[in-house]
Amino acid sequence: MCSKGARLKTLGKRAKAGCVWVKLRDEEKRMLDGERGYGTQRAMELLVALGTTFEADEMIPVTRTHVALSGQEGDTYWCELLVDGGAYCKVPPTTNPAWAVEELSGVSDVTDAERELAWRTFDVYRRIGAKLTYCCTPELAGNVPAYGEHVAFSESSATPYVNAVLGARSNRESSVSALACAVTGVTPRYGLHFAENRKGTMLVDVEADLNEAYDWGMMGWYVGRFVGSHTPVFRLRNFRRRPTPEELLYLGAELNTSGAVPMYHILGTTPEAPDMRAAFGGVAPAAELVVKNEHLAEQQELLSEKGGRINSVMLGCPHYTYDQLIDLAGRVEGKKVHPDVSFWVLTSWDAIELARRSGHIGAIEAFGARLVPDTCIDEPCWKTFEGGTGVTDSPKNMYYRKRRGQTFAIRRLSECIEAAVRGEVS
Amino acid sequence: MAPERTMRCRRVYKGKGEGEVLLSKDAICFYLCDPETGVVIEEGHALHGKSVAGKILVVKSGKGSSVVMMDGLYQLKMRGNLPAAIIVDEVEPVLVSSCVVAEVPVVDRLEENPYTVLKDGDRVVVDADAETVLIEAR
Repeated sequence: MCSKGARLKTLGKRAKAGCVWVKLRDEEKRMLDGERGYGTQRAMELLVALGTTFEADEMIPVTRTHVALSGQEGDTYWCELLVDGGAYCKVPPTTNPAWAVEELSGVSDVTDAERELAWRTFDVYRRIGAKLTYCCTPELAGNVPAYGEHVAFSESSATPYVNAVLGARSNRESSVSALACAVTGVTPRYGLHFAENRKGTMLVDVEADLNEAYDWGMMGWYVGRFVGSHTPVFRLRNFRRRPTPEELLYLGAELNTSGAVPMYHILGTTPEAPDMRAAFGGVAPAAELVVKNEHLAEQQELLSEKGGRINSVMLGCPHYTYDQLIDLAGRVEGKKVHPDVSFWVLTSWDAIELARRSGHIGAIEAFGARLVPDTCIDEPCWKTFEGGTGVTDSPKNMYYRKRRGQTFAIRRLSECIEAAVRGEVS
Repeated sequence: MAPERTMRCRRVYKGKGEGEVLLSKDAICFYLCDPETGVVIEEGHALHGKSVAGKILVVKSGKGSSVVMMDGLYQLKMRGNLPAAIIVDEVEPVLVSSCVVAEVPVVDRLEENPYTVLKDGDRVVVDADAETVLIEAR
């Protein structure tokens, strides 16, 4: 018998073959049969295959989508395939950044092919009807789901935020599956679309001091290593205020990079965890973990490059918010970036505009940092810094840049600024 | 000589593929294949040094982020080095999404354990549409 909406965890069993897993409505069948065009057909094929994988019982409408556009060829090919096949987004997605071609072409030796791929990416996403926000934090502004809303959000920092912090319901989508949802307007119902699959299963007792977003990020990376397929529930022992959006953003981004964690709870803070009973659904935690200061210190040691000369500072993975720009402006007043160092802050175009209006941009630019919109750290425009060491406040930044040959020291913001001034990190 | 036999399976993604079996008990990330040859370049992988091109690939699962997995399979497709079909033991979303994009037939849940009934080099026809796996006489 086909079980309904089984959890991700129950995969791999050998059930009866030939079982039809996903029930489709007439319109969904028409999409699958190609009556709505080839592009829509391919999108529906992908959703049916995923529905089969996870034993979804049916398709449900989504009201918001976000596509983690990457500017990598395979991803752009998929969007091109759909749009050239006549597809247009029913639920227009916001989009992740690739890189700001005009602003950043001069920074590194980008090839014509790399530039053309970026242009091609922008073109196909525009043609398919996406919202060209080029920002990886849509859930903070511009595409904010409400509690209980069924959505399809890719982008590893956004998915846990919409689930855990906002109480919306999204599975851990990829850019290709999120785009398929945007085109068809539906998603297979499985996993986190069901209330019972959103309950916590692992209790994480936090004794460590969480002073700023950086600490939350380091905790996220640490816990992500041990969480496996559990849903963590954080119990904060020494924390007496509400965490900021940035702190929650850093937690989710790192949890979902070192691990695969689209959902978490914080007792007494996030909406589906007012108490232990609600968080765990009345069941005892299946696993427990304790996080102490020494664990986070060891984690930094393990991830980070040692001290030495640096060629760059990169902030904004995920994109820096307006509040973070205000904070940065206050910290760099009267300081100067070392001539051997490039200081980059990746952020959204609206945060830059707000910083301009409020005057904070002055201090940041006088310091020697550059604010860049529409851009991700994992792009060819940064290749000039490869082979050298950078400094960042984000383990996720380190992880993706390492694949491209740039090592990073991971430090809290105050130390990143100090390193930029001295040209080296201690 | 073993006679021809047909096993039932479950369709994950449609299509039909025919070729020689290449078995791996490891999960695979197609980003770690040489696009020009299809040869697995991941150190320590059970298939290290072997080509997936044109094969009926039997893998434990997929691994790696969706972006790199997709790009890896796409690069193989562009050079005509895709596997003919995939039989997967523990199906997961990244592998599925990538195979739909690149149009590689995928099945799972064979009637019997693929690691005991299939051997490297067996000639096999995977028909995802009919939900069958045919092993030719050997």
